[in-house]
Amino acid sequence: MSALISDLSFILSYAVPVMIALMLVSLGGLFSESSGVINIALDGIMIMGGFIGALLVLYVGDALDMPTQLRVVMALVGGAVAGMLFSAAHAFASIHMNANQIISATALNLFAPALAVFTARTVGGTERINISDTYRLNIPLLDDIPVLGPLLFERAYLSTFVGIAVLVIVTFIFYKTRLGLRLRSTGENPQASESLGIDVYRMRYFGVMASGFLGGLGGAAYLISFDNRFNGDFLGLGFLGLAIMISGQWKPIRIFIFAFLFALMRVIANLHDSIGVLGNIGLSSEFYRLLPYAFTLIILAFFSKESQAPASLGEPYDQEKR
Amino acid sequence: MNKIWEFIDKKPNSISVLSSIAAVIFGLIFGFILMLIVSPGTAASGFATILFGPFSDLRNIGFLLHYAAPIILTGLSVAFAFKTGLFNIGASGQLTVGAFFGLYVGVNWDFLGPVHWIVALLAAAVGGAIWGGITGLLKAYRNVNEVVSSIMLNYVSLYLVNLLILNFIYAGRSEAMRPVASARIPSGFMDTIFAGSPANIGIFIALLIAAILHIVLNYTTFGFELKSVGESRTAAKYAGIKEKRSIVFSFLIAGAIAGIAGGLMYLVGDRSFRINEQIIEQGFTGIAIALLGLSSPIGVILAGLFYGSIMRGGDAAQRFVREEIVEIIIAVIIYFSALSLFAKQFIGNIVTQKMKEKPKEPSKEGESR
Repeated sequence: MSALISDLSFILSYAVPVMIALMLVSLGGLFSESSGVINIALDGIMIMGGFIGALLVLYVGDALDMPTQLRVVMALVGGAVAGMLFSAAHAFASIHMNANQIISATALNLFAPALAVFTARTVGGTERINISDTYRLNIPLLDDIPVLGPLLFERAYLSTFVGIAVLVIVTFIFYKTRLGLRLRSTGENPQASESLGIDVYRMRYFGVMASGFLGGLGGAAYLISFDNRFNGDFLGLGFLGLAIMISGQWKPIRIFIFAFLFALMRVIANLHDSIGVLGNIGLSSEFYRLLPYAFTLIILAFFSKESQAPASLGEPYDQEKR
Repeated sequence: MNKIWEFIDKKPNSISVLSSIAAVIFGLIFGFILMLIVSPGTAASGFATILFGPFSDLRNIGFLLHYAAPIILTGLSVAFAFKTGLFNIGASGQLTVGAFFGLYVGVNWDFLGPVHWIVALLAAAVGGAIWGGITGLLKAYRNVNEVVSSIMLNYVSLYLVNLLILNFIYAGRSEAMRPVASARIPSGFMDTIFAGSPANIGIFIALLIAAILHIVLNYTTFGFELKSVGESRTAAKYAGIKEKRSIVFSFLIAGAIAGIAGGLMYLVGDRSFRINEQIIEQGFTGIAIALLGLSSPIGVILAGLFYGSIMRGGDAAQRFVREEIVEIIIAVIIYFSALSLFAKQFIGNIVTQKMKEKPKEPSKEGESR
């Protein structure tokens, strides 16, 4: 029994930070899609956030000889801002230029890893940016709470608390504020929203750039908690964020739940050999990695009729179309 | 200047061609600026190598053709889907599954003798078609957006094929990673012309498929039906076309073409399938090629050759600049081709205005006389 508990807390100590990163990216997708713009550029945005975060931690952090947690804050803020600025390119193309939203997003997805690897190799000689892996911290007092204490407050990451705060704020904005209502109505029926005095263009810029902000934040969070050898790529984690958003049917709390489940799969894929029970089952990593995507496909196939996706998703806004 | 407007007015397609060329130029300028920032000293020579290096000798041209062949096919796959009103972002997945089918036949069925490579290539087409077909079925019968399902299927294929390759191809015989000699795409006379390069008849297979697609889309009832569904699903339905079946067929064909691309990439002696954690990028570049080529077979061939040439140029320029510069250039080109719809409307508006103004001119001339 105690072996099981130690296995469980071992898995969770990795799954929680991954969940936070995935949830942030997925909530980012939620913002963009709620405003009516598909954002499959999340993968590229996440990479950009991680990339800028890594550069800041390594070069600026070293140059100023910053304390560890301040570096984390800098990486998170820098990554989020970088993601937001990067997503502006997608916003501009898809909102003002009537561009195909999938194509402009694909361009961003190809651009970010290429730029990251190009810069890393030009600056440091190799495509890998190594940052330190000592960003865990203990929260005094709170880590003495039984069960929850060791789980959440012992050897935790700052990003975990940021992520939980973001979840609360996003849920609040979404359901309890005028902004959230306007955002959602823009995605459902932009023409009707415009007639009620909502600036559709502005709402969509807000949606896409907020998604860039959260996507970049998610990338930086993943970098400092799970991927301290940044390779210019997060192995499709941004698309996994998209899968979470769909499986969670565009609802923040469900997104949180699926982020946890899919993060668990991801972590088990990496660690199952060192976990007694799972090692004995003998399924391969590839199987666990595949599961979230296959699950999302099944959700799509069987529940597409009841889909909660915003109605005007993917359509460029045309004022003359009423 | 007026002559240009008249020309564009008569041939509206020329705007699209111009905007494709403009996208390429913008991409190249962006790349050049980046190179100037990184290493001002070698930027010019590096840039020249990317552009002209591939044409320096026949060996380099052989490489160019070898790189271009699968890209032309994924481009055709995306372009064919575009023509029938569908967005095939899943070419990567179809290519990956096709590669597995091709490799399975290529490694195991050596009893086939001289037709071995043909069967292996057809198997790759079948694999790709199955994978594309799933997207088509989901779209037609469950109303699932093809972009979303393709993204999921890309990742499912990545991990599934890794699993299958490990269990059925690498299992216990790491030597068998590459297909046996009889399953490799024959080099024909290409290895004598382009000595020292891996060029094979792949480029001709790509050209042949481009020609077939052109005929099917433009000269057959079947192709007409597929295109009509692309124009308007409801209108096609009321015209008596089985629109659901058409969607599935479109994706079967698009998948098969991408599958053949997978066959061309891995039914060779010089490259083996890597167990990877990343999606094979050729599927995404196919989107760029289809866009630049305006979804027409000839355009796709030209865009594919251009891509092959800057890929080879990137190889050659490695002593000046990191090869990722080529991927950056491609990404910027895609971004600008995404903007080209706006450019088209913009130029289109100017042209209509100019044409409205034009009738006044003769009368002015008349007055002066």
